[in-house]
Formats: sequence, C-alpha cells, structure tokens
Amino acid sequence: MSEHANDHANHHDHHGGHSGSENEPGLFGILSEYETADGLIAATKKAKAEGYEFMDGYSPFAVGDVADAMGYKRSEMAPVMFFGGLIGCLAGFCMQWYLSAYDYPVNIGGRPYLSWPSFIVITFEMTILTTGLSGVFGLIALCGLPQPHHPLFGVPQFDRASRDRFFLCIEAEDPKFDAHKTMEFLQSTNAVSVVEVPLT
Amino acid sequence: MATLTLPKEKPIPEELLPISGGKHNLGTVTDAIGSVVLDPAKTPKQFWYTLAVSFLFLLLFVYAVAYLLIWGVGIWGIHIPSAWGFAIINFVWWIGIGHAGTLISAILLLFHQTWRTSINRFAEAMTIFAVMCAGTFPLLHMGRPWFFYWLYPMPNIAGAWPQFRSPLVWDVFAVTTYFTISLVFWYIGLIPDFATLRDGTKSKIGRIIYGTLSLGWRGSAFHWKRYEKVYLILAGISTPLVLSVHTVVSFDFAISIVPLWHATIFPPFFVAGAIFSGFAYVIILGIPLRNWYGMGDFITRKHLDLCAKVMLGTGMLVCFGYFCEIWMSVYSHSKYERATTWQRLFGPYGWSYWCLITCNFVVPQLLWSKRIRNNDFWLFVISIVVLIGMWFERYVIVITLTREYLPSMWGRYTPTFWDWATYLGTLGLFTTLFLLFVRFVPMISITELREQLPRAAGGRDGHSISENAS
Repeated sequence: MSEHANDHANHHDHHGGHSGSENEPGLFGILSEYETADGLIAATKKAKAEGYEFMDGYSPFAVGDVADAMGYKRSEMAPVMFFGGLIGCLAGFCMQWYLSAYDYPVNIGGRPYLSWPSFIVITFEMTILTTGLSGVFGLIALCGLPQPHHPLFGVPQFDRASRDRFFLCIEAEDPKFDAHKTMEFLQSTNAVSVVEVPLT
Repeated sequence: MATLTLPKEKPIPEELLPISGGKHNLGTVTDAIGSVVLDPAKTPKQFWYTLAVSFLFLLLFVYAVAYLLIWGVGIWGIHIPSAWGFAIINFVWWIGIGHAGTLISAILLLFHQTWRTSINRFAEAMTIFAVMCAGTFPLLHMGRPWFFYWLYPMPNIAGAWPQFRSPLVWDVFAVTTYFTISLVFWYIGLIPDFATLRDGTKSKIGRIIYGTLSLGWRGSAFHWKRYEKVYLILAGISTPLVLSVHTVVSFDFAISIVPLWHATIFPPFFVAGAIFSGFAYVIILGIPLRNWYGMGDFITRKHLDLCAKVMLGTGMLVCFGYFCEIWMSVYSHSKYERATTWQRLFGPYGWSYWCLITCNFVVPQLLWSKRIRNNDFWLFVISIVVLIGMWFERYVIVITLTREYLPSMWGRYTPTFWDWATYLGTLGLFTTLFLLFVRFVPMISITELREQLPRAAGGRDGHSISENAS
C-alpha cells in the first residue's frame, strides 16, 4: 500500500477544498468526465503513471479499481470495527460480571456469582452493537462527513456523478499540478469534458 | 442483452441478473426508481386507497393504546396462567417477519446472491417497521411503558440491576441491537441513493432534505473503499445477529420448564419459522410494488419464484419441527410431555393446532407447482395463509400455558376486543410506515442495481458489493 495515498485519503477528507493551493490560488483542481467506469480506471492509472498524487475519482457506484489505482488498496475500516467490537465485548462481559458478582450479588441456590455461560448472550449482542456502530461512525468520521459544501458541487456536470458519469479530479495541491499542463494531460485521457473547478 | 467484449470474472445466468430485458442503463435505472420518489404523478391510485385503509387501522392502534394507558393491561384477556397472551404472540410474529429482511440483505450478500439487490431495500424497511411493531407489545405489556428504561442497566437510586441471567433481559439486548444494526445497515445503504435524489430533485426543500440525509456524499473513490468494507462487515455481523435474535426469543420459552417449551429444538425451529413468515411478507409486499409501480424489470417473476422456494424450504423445516415435537413427547416417556401434546392436538384449543398444520404444512405444498409459484394471485394468497399459520404457531405455543402440569394450574384464555384492536392496529402502523417509505425513499437500491448492469450498459456485470470491499 502506498503510504502517500493513505495520507492523501485522510488529508483530502479533512481539508478537501478549504486549504487552497500554492500552485494555483483560487483553483480546487481540474475535473475530467468519463462515460464508463473503465474509462475512469484507465485515466486514474495514467495519471498515477504521470506522477500525480493528489487526485480522487468519483463514481455513481463503487469501483474498487479506482482507489486501487491511486494506491489506496486497503481501508482502515476493518481494524476500526475490530477494536470497536472488542471494546463492546469486554465492556459487556465486565459490566455483567461486576454488577452480578460485586455490586448486587444475588445468591440463587448457591450458584456461582460469575455464572459466565448466562452472560454470553449479552456479551455477544454488545459486541455486535459496538462493531456496527464503530463502523458507521468510523466511516462518517474518516470520510469527513457530513460535508454539505464541496467545491465540486459547484460544477454543473458533477450532478451526474451520482447518476451515470465518472469523474477524475486532479487537485491543485498536487506538487506536479499546473493548470495548463494538467488540463492538457486530462484531455488526452479520452475524457468527455475537462473543466476547472474553482475554489468556492 | 448486449454482447460482452470484456472478460467476466464470474458469469451470472441472465435470468438471475436483477435487471431483466437488457434495455436499461445507468440513467434509466436511476429514473425508473428515483422518479417514484421525485415525481408525485408516479404514485398509483392504489397507494392512496391502501394508505387510507391502513391509516384507519393506525388510528385504531392509537385508540387502543390510549385506552390501555388509561385503564391498564386489565383490558386485555391476559390472566394467570396465560399472562402473556396476545402480547407475546404478536411480538414473536412481528419480529419473525423482520428476519427475512436481514436474511436477504446480509446472508444472501455473503453468499454472492446478486438477485437479492432487487428486493433487499424494501425487505430491510420491512425489517425495521416489523421490529418497531414487535417492540410495542412488550412495552405495552409492561403496564407502565414510560418506565421502559428500567429494562436497561442504568444506575439508579435503589441500587438494583437487571437480572442478567434472565432470558427476558437477553431479549431486551438482542432486540435493541437488532433494531439499531438493522437501522444503520439500511441507512448506510441509503446514503448514495439520497445523494442521487439530492442531485436529481428540482425542489429546493427536497434538495435540503435529501442533501442532509446524504451527508454530502459525493461518490469519492476513497469513500467508496471504506463504504464497501463497512457494508460487508455489517453484513457479516448481521448474519449471526439475526440468528441470535430469534434464538434468544425462543429462549424466552425454552429456558422455562413448561412441557413442550423446554426443548432444544426451539432455537433452530424459531429461526426457520421466522424466515418462513418473513419471506411470505416479502412476497406480499413485492407483488404490489411490482404491479402497481411497474417495477417488473427489477422485481421479476424469477425473484418471486425464488422467494417462494425459500418459503417452501423453510416451511418444510418448520413442519419438521412440529413432527419432532410430537415424536419427542412420545419418545421421552414423560407423561407431562405426552399429556400436553394430547391437549395441544385434541384439547380445548386443538382447533388452533389443526389450523396451524393446514396453513403451514398443507397449503404451502401447492408451492411445489411452478404454475402456482408463477401466479401472482395464488402466491399472494398462499403467503397470507402462511402468515396466518405462523401466527397460529405462536398462539399454539403460548396457549400451552393453559394446560400444563397440574389441573389446578389449568385455565382458559380469550382475547378481548382490545387485544384484537392492538394487533390489527400494528398492521395499520406497519402498512402506513411502509407506504410512506415507498413514497419518500427509493424502494430498490439504485446504487447497487447500477453495478448489476452489463458493462456495455455502464455497470460492472453483476459485480457484487462484497467483491470490491477491502
């Protein structure tokens, strides 16, 4: 996995659009539009080969190869959900242990206070609950959502990113970014349209 | 279907693709499903008739609950020995219905059954509304529902805690987790669809509402990568969860020492019954959606056929459970088990057992016929019969309390008007919520359907969500 892409994924989500650019003030990046997912994948690979690092693909459904091409092959979600679940598992079991054996012990026919088999169900349910919630809140937080405003929403074509078009945006933050050259490069990737995205 | 020039990872037979006819592309899929929400003219007149009737039943529910809150649970037919009555029958019935939604959305996803894509969204909505209806019964049965939070371990001035060794407390945790996870699973699936509606709507209010619900989703490749992983893991954890929920519900009975309740067959038997009734409800909801909303391209004959087959299969598992119960009572040599079985078959409530056998064993045998599976009318009727049968199953189990160990413990149970009003009222609550869902939320996942399109039409050849996740 490319460390850079991973950094970029976080960087991009936390500051996307608001940090401005040293290369091109007033410009978020350059956006190219494709008719197919394969067109976007090919363009992403080409941009990567060209040396661009700060870019992002946009598609109306998940196209795993785009993130792969950008070097973001594995997301952070599995460890987030694993540790979320582990916390719920331990908290669920220890809560029952503490409350049943120490805080409010009830002697029922001399049976042990730490009757762990009867605590398994709630431990299990707590594990599932915290795994799921850590995944959902982790996803929202890591993606920097909710983010009602984004410079891309100002581009009229971009409405179709949630419908039937695929987009690649090379961002102005990229060290290799040059408004003129990047635009020429993107035009060479069989794009339907290539436009500048102003910072808004 | 167009010829595929690119290599396919995993060929899928055409009749199992969720989109039939090959005349759809990314745009038409979006319009066909999104326009039901965005264009009021697309709402069929049957929507209003059904909404009017279900709203009347919802009012009946409100009336019954208000009366109950004023007078207490004495207005129901419950008493000792049958202290739960309709409340637990309806609780188990509703929560069982919910299970098919999770089975479709989670288990079939893990098994790469791409056909689930056409029905998972509304089946998940069915789950959420069914669990809401289920939850009302134990809450109302508590007598003082406004103290429901006492069920949870909350620090309190009396220093008392729930009894964690009780299956009733397990049930609280299981159902709460089930509802929460089903809700977030549904919502995560909806985020990209809300973004589609946000970009597709012409009304400003619509854009604000759907924009807020979509959280500003813009389809970034980085976001999709995380999204797919979360979705897959949620499916992975929902699978044991759904099996655990009805297992815990069955523990409410099986942990006791009542004859015929104290049985190891209860958990698998309950789970099979839940899926049986849930698929019946999916068919009942799917047939009108298909016919009234013209969703025949997405919810095809094949989908209803597969649902009917799952219903037949799980129905046979449930019937195996019925015969097992009788066999165990004979084989156990326990006179209480035998006597209670005799009472169940030929006692004062014997008629309900034979209703159960008719509805759940005899009538579903018709589903062996392909002609009946392919007939909307008969499939609809059989599904309703199955739901009635599954209701009787819980009735038969609960009514066992009127005839157990000692004749001095025997009694009778008769539901009152208020029992029926609450039960029929939840049907109104469910249908009203479901109709509002169909009106304001895409009833089929637009995003997932796009992936199912052939490459030539812009999709990924039925590439399922689980294959992208990492």
